[in-house]
Order: sequence, then C-alpha cells, then structure tokens
Amino acid sequence: MTVGAAVDGVALQLRGIIKRFGAVTALDRAHLTVRGGTVHALVGENGAGKSTLMRIAAGLETVDAGSVELFGRRARGGSVAESAASGLGMVHQHLSLVPALTTTENFALGRHGLYRGDAVGALLARTSADAGLSITPDVPVSELSIVEQQRLEIVKALARGARILVLDEPTAVLAPQEVQDLLSWIRRFAARGGTIVLVTHKLREVIAVADDVTVLRRGAVVLTRAVAGASEEALADAIFGQGAVGPNGTQPSSAAPNGDVVVHVDAMDVSDLRGVTRIRAATLDIRRGEIVGVAAVEGSGHRELMLAVAGLRAPDSGRLVLPRGIAFVPADRARDAMIPEFSLTENFALRGAGSRRGVISWPDMTQRTRAGIARFEVVASSPAAPARSLSGGNQQRLILARELEGDVDLVVADNPTRGLDARGTRFVHEQLRAAAARGAAVVMHSSDLDEVLGLASRVLVVHHGTVREQPVDRDVVGRAMLGVE
Amino acid sequence: MIEASAFLEAAVRTATPLLLAAAGETVCERAGVINIGLEGCIIAGAFAAFVAGPAGTAAGYAAAVGAGLAFGLMLALFVVALRRDQIITGTALTMLALGTTGTLFRARADAVLVHATEGPLTVPLLSRIPIVGTAFFGQPAITYVAVVMVPIVALWLYRTHAGLSLRAVGEAPEAARAAGIHVPLVVTGAIAFGSAMGGLAGGALVLAQAGTFAEGMSAGRGFLAIAIVALGRWRPWGVLLASVVFGAAMAFQFAVQALGWNLRYELVLMIPYVLTLIALSLFRRGDAPAMLGRTEG
Amino acid sequence: MMLLEQGAGVVRILDAFWRGSVGTSSALISGTLVRAVPLTVVGVGIAIAFRAGVFNIGGEGQLLAGAIAATLTGLNMDAGPALTVLAALVMAAIAGAAWAGVAALLRARFGVLEVISTIMLNFIAANLVSYLVRGPMQEPTHIYPQTELIAPVARLPRLLPQTRLHAGALIAVIIAIAAWWVMTRTAAGFRLRAAGASASAARTAGRIDVSRVAAMALLTSGAFAGLAGGIEVAGVTFGLYENLSPGYGFSAIAVAILGRLHPLAILGSAFVFAALETGALGMQRDAGVPSVVASAIEAMAILLVVGAGAWSRWMPRRSVGARVSADGAA
Repeated sequence: MTVGAAVDGVALQLRGIIKRFGAVTALDRAHLTVRGGTVHALVGENGAGKSTLMRIAAGLETVDAGSVELFGRRARGGSVAESAASGLGMVHQHLSLVPALTTTENFALGRHGLYRGDAVGALLARTSADAGLSITPDVPVSELSIVEQQRLEIVKALARGARILVLDEPTAVLAPQEVQDLLSWIRRFAARGGTIVLVTHKLREVIAVADDVTVLRRGAVVLTRAVAGASEEALADAIFGQGAVGPNGTQPSSAAPNGDVVVHVDAMDVSDLRGVTRIRAATLDIRRGEIVGVAAVEGSGHRELMLAVAGLRAPDSGRLVLPRGIAFVPADRARDAMIPEFSLTENFALRGAGSRRGVISWPDMTQRTRAGIARFEVVASSPAAPARSLSGGNQQRLILARELEGDVDLVVADNPTRGLDARGTRFVHEQLRAAAARGAAVVMHSSDLDEVLGLASRVLVVHHGTVREQPVDRDVVGRAMLGVE
Repeated sequence: MIEASAFLEAAVRTATPLLLAAAGETVCERAGVINIGLEGCIIAGAFAAFVAGPAGTAAGYAAAVGAGLAFGLMLALFVVALRRDQIITGTALTMLALGTTGTLFRARADAVLVHATEGPLTVPLLSRIPIVGTAFFGQPAITYVAVVMVPIVALWLYRTHAGLSLRAVGEAPEAARAAGIHVPLVVTGAIAFGSAMGGLAGGALVLAQAGTFAEGMSAGRGFLAIAIVALGRWRPWGVLLASVVFGAAMAFQFAVQALGWNLRYELVLMIPYVLTLIALSLFRRGDAPAMLGRTEG
Repeated sequence: MMLLEQGAGVVRILDAFWRGSVGTSSALISGTLVRAVPLTVVGVGIAIAFRAGVFNIGGEGQLLAGAIAATLTGLNMDAGPALTVLAALVMAAIAGAAWAGVAALLRARFGVLEVISTIMLNFIAANLVSYLVRGPMQEPTHIYPQTELIAPVARLPRLLPQTRLHAGALIAVIIAIAAWWVMTRTAAGFRLRAAGASASAARTAGRIDVSRVAAMALLTSGAFAGLAGGIEVAGVTFGLYENLSPGYGFSAIAVAILGRLHPLAILGSAFVFAALETGALGMQRDAGVPSVVASAIEAMAILLVVGAGAWSRWMPRRSVGARVSADGAA
C-alpha cells in the first residue's frame, strides 16, 4: 500500500461556503481549492473561520450554502463516515486518543472480531514505515510525548485510507526541533503524492513548507496565492489588515502614566494544571489608570498569565504582587463566572463569597443587584430571576456589574465581549475605560487583535510562554504574536 | 490439619459469590460505570433463586440471573438513556431491591423453605490432595463456574476488539466515538453483564451456601465486590486473588472458632468492611478507568 | 397488585394503614410524629451534604455512633437533668461527625468515594453496636443484648403526657429551621450551595475553597445523624440495643430527596414518610402486609424523582472525590 497515492487534479474543492451559528456568520462565501500532491496552508487569526471550514470538509459540520467536493466527488455533507470514505483524514487540534491504551490498541480501535496483537502490530509497523513516521508499539499513549501522539493520529488516519490529510494547528504545542521534523515530513509526504491542508497561524511554517496559501479574515477569503515569492510581511498584512488603530477609530485611552504600580511581576513562571510551564520569566509592572492589552494566539500561555494576574493561579517561581480589589471576567462565563440556576442576586453575591463572614443581608444584596442592573442596563425581569434566563449579552453585563461594583484596583478581563452584539461590545469597552479612568489598572485579552489595540495604552505580547511589551502598532504586534522577527 | 482444610474450604465457598459479582463488576467498571445497585442485584438474585429453587438448581440460577439483569437494565435506562447520575440511581435501586425482596419474602404465607444446598462436585483425583484438596476441588459446581469466568473475562477484555472497545469507552468515550464505537450500546451491555453476574452471585448465596433466604442476606457483598475490583486493580486475575482474600476475611469467623481464639464474633464480622476501607484507600484510584463514576458531559 | 395477592381486602388494608398512621391520636402522636423526628434530623443532615455535592449514604452508621455516645454519656454522667441530656446530645453529635469524618478523611486524602466508605462504615457501626451490647456495655444480668436503661436525668422530657412524644420533636423542628436559616442567610450556607451547584464558578468567581466546604458538609451531616441517634436514645429507647434504627439512615435519603433538599420541606416529607412507615406497621399488624413495603415505596419514589430529572435545578452535580480533572474541577 503506498501512502497517499499520487493524485493529479484537485483533491479538495470548497465553493461559496456560508456557515452561520445563530446571528454570527462564521464563513462568508469562503472557498478553497487544494491541488492534489501539494501542501496548502490555511491561515488566519483566531476566529477567522479556519477550523470551521475544515470541519465542514471533514463532515463534522453542515453548510448553509456552498459545496464540498472531494477528489471530484460531490459530498452530501455532514457525515464523517462519508468524508473518511472519500479519503479525507483530519488530525484535530485536541487529539482523540485513549491515554490509558497502548499505541497499538489505539491504532486498532473500532474494528471487530478477535484482537490479534501481532497482526495489528504488523499493520502499524507497515503503515508507519510507509509514512516515514516512527511509532513505538505497545506503549501506553499517556507516556508518549505530544509529538508521538500526533504521529499516531496521522498514521491512524493513513491506515484508514486517507489521501488528503488535514492538520489543524499541529505545531501549536511542539518544540522548535519537533516542528522542523514535522515540516520535513510534510514535505516528504507531498513529494510522494500525498495532499496536506495545513491549518496554522505561523507564517514561518507557511513559507517553509506550503505550495499554496489561503488567508481567511472574519470568515472570508482575502488572499489565495502560491507561496513562492510571498513575504511574511505581506501575509501578515493579509491576516491582520492594515493600520495601527482600532476599527471604530477611537484612540487608545491615554493613561495616567505615573500612577502607582498596582501589579508587580518579577521573573514569574506559571504552569498549567497539568504541571506544564506555560509562562516563563515574565517581568512587568502595571500601573493605575493603564489599560494593558494582552495579544496572543491560542496556546501561547496567555490564559495562565491572566489567571495568575487575577490571583487564581500561584506562580511556580518569581514574584507576583497583586492589589486587594481584583475584578475578574473569565473567558468561559457560563462555567466560571456564574451559576446558571442561581438568581441574579445570588450570582451577585458570588463575588467575595469565599471570605465573607456571618450573615448575608439579602435585602441589601438585592438592592445592590438592582443598582448594578440599572447601572449596567441589564435586561432582566427581576433580581430573583435565574441567571440562565438572561441572554448572553445580559449575562455579561451582570457579571461586569458585579465585578466592577465598588472600588476596584485591578480589572482582568478575558475575551469580555465574546458573544456580544455591537452595542454590548461598545458598552463593555466604555466600562473598561471608565474603570481605568477611576484609577484601576486594566488587563484585557481578546482573540480580536483590533479590539485589543483599540483599547490598550500598552500591549504585551505572549508568544510561546514569553511575555514582551510591544508598541501599539498593528503590524508589529501581529508579527510578534506569530513569532515573526 | 482438619481445621486449616475446613477454613480453606469455607473461604473458597464464601469467596464464590464475591468472585461472581466482582467479575461482573470488573467489566461494568471498565466501561466507566460503578454499579452501586450491585447489592440490589445480588439480593434480587438471591430471592429469585429462593423462589425458583424448588423447580431445580438450573431454574434457580436462571431466575437469579434474570432478576439481576432486570435491575441492571433499570440502571442502564436511567444512566445511559436518561443520563442521570450513576450513584444516586444505583443507591435507589439497591434500596428498592432490599425493600421489595423483604416485602415479598415476608408475604409468603407458606412455611419458610429450606433447600438442601447444592452438593459438592468433587473432582476425582485432585480432591484427594491433603489440605487443599476439598477446598479447591470439592466445591459446588458454581464455584468452578466462578473461577472459569476469570480467564473468560480476561480473554474477552484483552483479546477481542469488543473488549478493546469497552476499555476505550471507559477511558475516553469521545475518542471511542470518534473511532466509530457505539458508546451507549457498549455501556448498556457492560451494565447488563455486571448485573447478571450479580444476580448469579445472589443465586449462589442461596443455592450453594445458605439454602434459604433471609432479609438483607447480601450483607453488603455488593460493596465488597466493588472494593474487590479496586483491590484487584480492575484486572480479572487480580480480582480473583482479592476475592479469595475477602472470602477468607468473611470466613475468618470459622477459623476463630476452630482456633479457639477469644475474639468477639461481632468484631470479626467487621473485618471485611474494614478491609474494604483499607483496600480502597491504599490502592489509589490512579489505575481506575478514567470515566469511572462520571456522567458524560 | 402485590398487596392484593395477600388475599386481604383492599379496604381492610387501607383502613389498617390509616389507623396505624394518622387515624388515631395515639398513632399520630406516639407513632408518626415520634418517627418523624429522626427522619427529619438525619434528613436535614443529608440535605446539607447533598447540597454540597457530597453523597453521604452513611446516615445509619453515624446515627448509631451518636446513639453509642449518648448511651455512654447517659449511663456514666449525672450533672442534673438539663446538663446531662445536653451533654449526651452534644457527645452524640460529635460522635456522628467523627464517624463521618473517617469518610471525609478518606475522601480528601485518598480519593475514596464517600458513597462506598459511608456504607462500609454503616456495617462497621452495626457490628460495633452488636459487640457493645453483648459485651462491654451489656446490662448487668448479661441475658439480653442491650444496655441498661439510662437514668431519668439523661432522658428527654415528654411533651405530652401519656404519649411517646418527647422534646426531641422540638429539637428537630428547631434544627430544621436553623439549618434552613444558615443555608439561606449566612455566608457559609451560601458557600455550601454555590460549591455544590458549580464548583468551577465557586472557585473562580467566588474564590471559595470547594474541598474544604465539601469536607465540612460531610462532617456536619454526620453530626446531624449522630444527634438523631442521641435523640432516639434520650427520648425513645433510653438505651442501646441491636436494630435500634429501623433503617432511618436510608429512609432519610428518600426524605431529603423528596424534600428537594430544602430543610423546611423536609419537615413535611419526613412526616409523610413517618406516616408511611408507621401505617405500614399498622398494615402488618392488622392486615398482614409486611411493613417492609414502605421502603420499597420509598425507593420507588426516589427513582421517580431521579427519572423525572427535573432536579437539576436543585440537585447539585456530584463533586468527584479528590481527583483533579483536566480543567481543574475537583
């Protein structure tokens, strides 16, 4: 069996794809043409629609309009089995392996009859040899490095007859040398006739390994061209657009640059819950009245930085000095910021619940909730209504009302406008600016770089665990986020 | 020594229902479900065997399996189809089984039937071996069935794709689904097998040990079985070993009498339960299937 | 149905049930209400634990631990009526908390499922009682497996003369109200409810130490069950013997769930279940229907509630032992 039998012509063709999730248009007449035997890079910011587009190709999502063709055959869509049978194999960002089982067992998952370890092992050895990827047999997957797990996923897909492989952000969690190995492999695979779609936001990889590149921005294709002759700067421009100022033209707020230092960080390391170090030797100061924007792509470690600055994750080493009054607006509000079954008043009471003593005066709390609801214009029937009865936008308003009540020294906000409409977004921005004007330090992150740049007076870029300040300039920040010098 | 032989024989006999239930529970837990209703399956099986016993041993065991299966399917309905919490549902089912069997037993107007217990099925030559002969080879047929279940379960778990699928479901159901495995079906099958074995264990209690029924005679064996599975590291052969240990602990009361030790009977009865706590504590759940006890999503 | 197969007329059965539970004043006061006391106290304790996401099935054992402590105190202490009773009840609560504490420790330290450990502790406690009443604590003549009766100073006073209704009933009502008040009006109660409803939100938004809250809930739950045991000894049995509890620990689970984990509603559901069980005894006495049918009905009630599933609103998610999952929810 030859891996990735040579294919001429078009391997994958997506035309006029429109995909909506509720009121949000994720893909707006997106298109993609992948020639057989090539490496095609699909790039864009977080939220640009890259993953959604490929999930459609893999049959994990349906389309509202448009067509999918695999190797010349039109797909009905929405069926994983169909696209797999047509020869598309996808290696997801979050791997789907069973950690407790061995490589051989994971490889064999989903078949029937007697499990003959030898036969399966032989097939694994053959497939991996063909593909040029070494896999250690009979080792628990939990003991494998991420690289090896990734290789196993690829070999699994190939064994199922995949002729076109979609790799979704495969290098996000790899070390530089491992990245090199993977890129070399991709080149070799294509040279032997295989087809690869590489979803990434790392421009250096694109230049190094891809034949063609398609750039998505806000769900639409802004650029499709051959990679030969393209420069990183030009690609970065396509990804981020131009200009140094936010979309609504407002200037970043000018802070009181000589305010007291509210957050002091010195050579701080922070690891995630699995013990992996995500932030290395971060050193920074944040002063009153500043709005510090954190610009980073998924997986860079910015989540751990935000949690540490919010006081929810203790650093492994280094020094972290935080003020007392901290307001935190987490990214996943339904899970981390509120209790859907509780009333608005009870959700309001969550803040400070950990250290509160004695009796709760619910009339007072209700009064405070009412005031907060009024101030932040939360649309709700009454403070006694359950929080889940509110729309997403109003839930966020409630959370802001709770967190920004009273004297706050530090506001940490992670994607605070996610799921909000324009009005809600504007409101959140006003509140953040107002908090800064009142003397709080604000640290905010958004997957939307424009939003960050529109608000921030300073920008910190987190890339692969390192935190570095950058000037408030779109091009510079964009490149720093991608690790481009 | 006669005493040692008698104790060993009692230990193996006592271990039989434990082993049956634990073997079934191993499969069930490997699929990610902890069956708190196992105790209910056992008592239900015991009662069914008691009722059907007069019609013959085979009928008794068949009824026992059926009764256990019935409770297991109820658990599957709540846990798989309705996605309710395993623990609460299991607890309720155990309470239901205990209450129902107690009610039905007391309601039987006819005199309490005492069956002759199943006689030993002695293996010709081997049972002559001194000390261990009768203990291992002079047991009722059901004991041999229980022991044979161990390699069968082991083979099934590790040498078939079905077993592999089940193990995958208990560790990472999303990955299993991605590989095309029908997760709800696998979980239901696992629960069914585990509860059927639990019923069978109850049948063994009545038909091969006590000869009669008493309210609450399961005496926590369902939970002991769960501890045995943990102690055996969710591996069939480990479970076999752990069952013998617990069987010995339960049979210890006879050894005490025979040895003439001055240990209070009630304190000796505590031993299996204390052993359970120790086993569950010392043997960390790191080896447990990752999804054990969790309702998905 | 099952009952009809008994050959007793339905009317006769229902009549026996009615008279046995609430139909006569003696049944109502000396039967149902007295039985409702431990069901309430244990039930409230279980509700507290369940609300925090801790599944305490060990009410039975914790009750017995409290009964043992109360008996010991009642037999060996004489500090006047008020103090002795108080001491007995306090010791009972402490014993119950300690018994639950074993499970709490195993849960926190070793990740042992509290469902299993509390049930094991039930069996251990039952055997412990058997041992004590046949051994060290047996009454002087060494004939019966029970202790001496505790002195009158250690007994709870009667509320109504000529009945079995004792001051424990007042304690039960006060406890239920107090628990409701603490749960809904204090910061600690709020922490409990929040931790059980959403551990992640409690941790992140509330900065609540969820593990600590869960452990305290289990201890409190044990204290309540122990107190119930003490009340039974000081108010009803006046001594320790086997089968002192006809399954109160388990019935209380049904009481708690059907009371939707609300202490005031539990007063009501405890009454209903007490009537059910007392009536069942009446049925057994007068119509030959086994009283154990009550527990079957209770279990079915739980299943109905579980099946209906509408409880996601007031029944928290179970906190999974001491393990840390990928997103840190423990």
